[in-house]
Amino acid sequence: MGDVKVIGASLSLFCCRIEWALKHKGIAYEYIEEDLRNKSHLLLRYNPVHKKVPVLVHGEKPVAESLVILEYIDETWRENPLLPEDPFEKAMVRFWAKYVDETCVISAWTASRTKGREQEKSLEAARESLEVLNKLIKGKKFFGGEIIGFLDLVVGTLPNWLKFLEESEGIKLFDTKELPFLHEWAQRFTEIPIIKGSIPTAEDLINYNRDHKKAE
Amino acid sequence: MANEVVLLDFWPSPFGMRLRIALAEKGIEYEYKDEDLRNKSPLLLQMNPVHKKIPVLIHNGKPVCESLVALQYIDEVWNDKAPLLPSDSYLRAQARFWADFVDKKIYDIGRKLWTTKGEEHDAASKEFLDCIGVLEGELEDKPFFGGETLGFVDVALIPFYSWFLVYEKFGNFSVEAEHPKFIAWVKRCMEKESVSKSLPEQEKVYDFVALMRKKFGIE
Repeated sequence: MGDVKVIGASLSLFCCRIEWALKHKGIAYEYIEEDLRNKSHLLLRYNPVHKKVPVLVHGEKPVAESLVILEYIDETWRENPLLPEDPFEKAMVRFWAKYVDETCVISAWTASRTKGREQEKSLEAARESLEVLNKLIKGKKFFGGEIIGFLDLVVGTLPNWLKFLEESEGIKLFDTKELPFLHEWAQRFTEIPIIKGSIPTAEDLINYNRDHKKAE
Repeated sequence: MANEVVLLDFWPSPFGMRLRIALAEKGIEYEYKDEDLRNKSPLLLQMNPVHKKIPVLIHNGKPVCESLVALQYIDEVWNDKAPLLPSDSYLRAQARFWADFVDKKIYDIGRKLWTTKGEEHDAASKEFLDCIGVLEGELEDKPFFGGETLGFVDVALIPFYSWFLVYEKFGNFSVEAEHPKFIAWVKRCMEKESVSKSLPEQEKVYDFVALMRKKFGIE
């Protein structure tokens, strides 16, 4: 079938998902670290449209966009499925995955990049969206049920990233008292062997950010 | 069990049109409900409490929201006719990638053409044509993005053609002049009844946008 490469950037929220999916299915791969400030010919060749990471390359064939890659991995290697079989359940997972990326992440990102009224609006949207996620995980061990699934990998680094934003930008979004179920899920998630040690912690992100600020 | 399908939609929505086309392609009977977005129905608020948006596909009482999610749902449930996604996993990934590209680019950039002015507007005009060019490049010499027949990307993209009068008038360009191959693809799609019956007239969409601009106070 061909060898598997992952082009990623360490600490990227979206790249972890891909490595976890491959590890979850026991697929061997080569990891290639990309310097996003100095994009390689490899990246530009494999993702000419967006020039972003992650990119999965399977036997010279590139797949870009993390959610598209996750579905490709799940369809190509059928062991330890990430998505449910039932079309309606699958649709629900896809809906929530989009919600995480397009609502939670974007509003938090916007809040960290703006000031004043625009920041207030984004903070409100972000908090609301996190409450929705908190409600979604209530009463469940993982978003995927008894074991992790697609949505767990997608939510993945979000809590740590939000804690990092609090430290670096002073915006508080992840309050463990206000999001208790999400907080408990994060603790269970990070204990999983393939996740533990490979998930960027808030501290990792803080250190990285500080080192890069120094370099500029 | 009865197969009851309801589509909550809004006639000028390109996202709603996607589902109309898919349902027609697969010969699925459904009830169409046009929403007044300034006065959303209790059904819409109940079926899409998270976003309160259309389209919503309701199948036997269960709602599926987000047009590309619903498209895949339709393709998976009614898999006996007119498949939208190919069976090869790599080709499926490519189809999803390009549908995502359409989602990320066409609507938002197109919107800027009739809501902004000056530098932002001119940049949007250029970017819109660039995106059409990229899509044209991806099409290559195939009759459709899906190959010989309408596929996922075709269904995701063709609805925006109903907005081309709006884009061209406000963007001040002609897509056919810049990208004739793209328009050739449009014409092939429009020959299909499932497409032509699902898209409103461009003039009707234009009048709708003119009304919106007045309402928002855009000149």
